[in-house]
Amino acid sequence: MEPDQIAIAERVAEQHRHHKKALFFWVWGALLVMTAIEVYLTYQNMEPVKMLTILMGLSLIKAALIIGFFMHLKYEVSRMKWLTMCSVIACLILMTIFFFPDARRIIELGVK
Amino acid sequence: MADSALHDIPSVYEPSLFGTYSKKIGMWLFLLSDSLTFGALLYAYSYGRISTANWPTPFHSESIVNATIMTAFLLTSSLTMVLAVRASVGHNAKAQTLWLLATMACGAGFIILHGREWSNLIAEGLTLPMFPKVPGHEAASEFVNVSQTVPQFASTFFTLTGMHMLHVTLGVIYLGVVALRRKFIPILLMLWLVAWLATPAYSPFHYGAHVLLIAAIVCGIILWLKPKVYDSSDVEVAGLYWHFVDLVWMFIFPLVYLMSAKIL
Repeated sequence: MEPDQIAIAERVAEQHRHHKKALFFWVWGALLVMTAIEVYLTYQNMEPVKMLTILMGLSLIKAALIIGFFMHLKYEVSRMKWLTMCSVIACLILMTIFFFPDARRIIELGVK
Repeated sequence: MADSALHDIPSVYEPSLFGTYSKKIGMWLFLLSDSLTFGALLYAYSYGRISTANWPTPFHSESIVNATIMTAFLLTSSLTMVLAVRASVGHNAKAQTLWLLATMACGAGFIILHGREWSNLIAEGLTLPMFPKVPGHEAASEFVNVSQTVPQFASTFFTLTGMHMLHVTLGVIYLGVVALRRKFIPILLMLWLVAWLATPAYSPFHYGAHVLLIAAIVCGIILWLKPKVYDSSDVEVAGLYWHFVDLVWMFIFPLVYLMSAKIL
């Protein structure tokens, strides 16, 4: 991207970042509702794996709302979005690959 | 001399590659590294849970209600923070300070509720070897059993939630400095004295209160070396940090509390 295009993108992003007050209240309401759903599901005697999947799904949606709207990442230039999110997600995927099979090995085979 | 020489050069700096100012990029990079710290702690907790067949579920409904109110406090603080950023961009200094103070109040509410919960759990017997015994208090047998049979529950619980509580505390101090600048230092010292003197000697918060003293010294040095009026970019960067502690709690709350709730 040319420098002048970057400057324009930066200015547009800056304008978008700080308006729509009502939008922030909607996001806050959605976060509270999802928290209430999580607490409700806790007492529904669900299977742990199923419950964990739903809770983590809701947590990921909540995290996306916070990062996108409250932290304004939605309004940043795409280079910023991709670099920050891809790097952290790649690290977390690596942790998942290394940690969880090993945790299962312990419970299935015992500590050797 | 060097400065004047530099100022004579027409703009040679390229626009930022990421379309924003360097302070914000710096905060994002810090938050990415911090997310890996919390990621590692959450993975350690999950690892312990998967690899332990009889993982306890000790949290009664009182604990769940308490943690839900704490979550509501943090979510509300994120809303007030984003309104503070909005006010700062609109050059409304009074509204900016008020929204920042509201954010700090929600953060303080979270810390107080969390501290109360920790104190109750420790008194009931969910404790670490490094914590002193609570005198004259009968420990509940279920928590004593948890501490003895699955010691990694208490250690991962206190490490994860303690690390988060430390982040929230530092966040409140950060916002206090941005909102009130030098005026916040005596308030911080007063809070340290109150927290230190009001907590009993066996409480971990009796020693933990010294974080406030260390923070007051560090903030005092920073404000003395570089006194400045914080502008909207500083408020936005502080907001990024604050939203991050909220974001981390969105994973701690279901993983640590809801998945360990006692269903009767």
